[in-house]
Amino acid sequence: MTGNIIPCFEAVRQLWEYLDNAISPEDQQKVEKHLAFCRTCCGELEFAKELRSFLASGSAEEIPAHVKDRLERFVEGL
Amino acid sequence: MEVRPGGMSEHALQDRTKEAFQQLAVAELPALYSLARRLVRDGAEDLVQETLLRGYRSFTTLKDQDAAGPWLKSILVNLFRDDLRKRARSVEEFGVDKVDDFSLYRTLITEDPFPYSDTLHDDFLGTFGTHEVREVLLRLPEIYRAPLVLHYMEGWATKEIARMLDVPLGTVLARLHRARKRFESEMWAYANDAGLLAKGAAR
Repeated sequence: MTGNIIPCFEAVRQLWEYLDNAISPEDQQKVEKHLAFCRTCCGELEFAKELRSFLASGSAEEIPAHVKDRLERFVEGL
Repeated sequence: MEVRPGGMSEHALQDRTKEAFQQLAVAELPALYSLARRLVRDGAEDLVQETLLRGYRSFTTLKDQDAAGPWLKSILVNLFRDDLRKRARSVEEFGVDKVDDFSLYRTLITEDPFPYSDTLHDDFLGTFGTHEVREVLLRLPEIYRAPLVLHYMEGWATKEIARMLDVPLGTVLARLHRARKRFESEMWAYANDAGLLAKGAAR
């Protein structure tokens, strides 16, 4: 059904929501149909996955010792 | 002095509450500081102090002490939100921005910054350490930065974020969408500005 074929820009726009399972089943189907024939968008999808895990695993900035000391003293003084 | 059932005086009870809070708070300091640093350019330490103060005052409302971490973080986000409203500096961007159609993936394959690389994306992402990611985050307006940090880095559900930031869920979703695009395009811009691509290619 040609009505279900969406262009790349529309597929790309929904990729993260697709990964989050945050789009309707119909839209999900449209994205999947697009991915079935579009290699570039498959690459987009893989990259979106990588970027998501990159953000999730991004190491937290360590608290400098002097700041930690100051904040601990602040807590003690409450 | 009023004596409570169980023989504990009001004063002793307060001491115990204070001690319990202090213990919890100290354990959460690294996580609170890290969140604050991702949300604000300056004043992360002040934001944590304010959080601790407000948390201490309302500590008795915390029912489950195992949830102290998320509870303190949500206080921090509330304070951040209130401050943002006061300053009203970060304004919503309406309409279609050209950044909405930016694709870092397509930019990478077209520009090919690491010509002899088989793992273009890993190489690109690998040039970003904690410092660089923070710099990119800080290039985003706060209204986009906050949902991105809270959802993708801190793991909060979008519904929770809507509650904490006191905006409709649809607004959070729309801002998240733009935030991702802004983040991708600022990552590319930062990599160019900071010479990360040259460094990465030379490795």
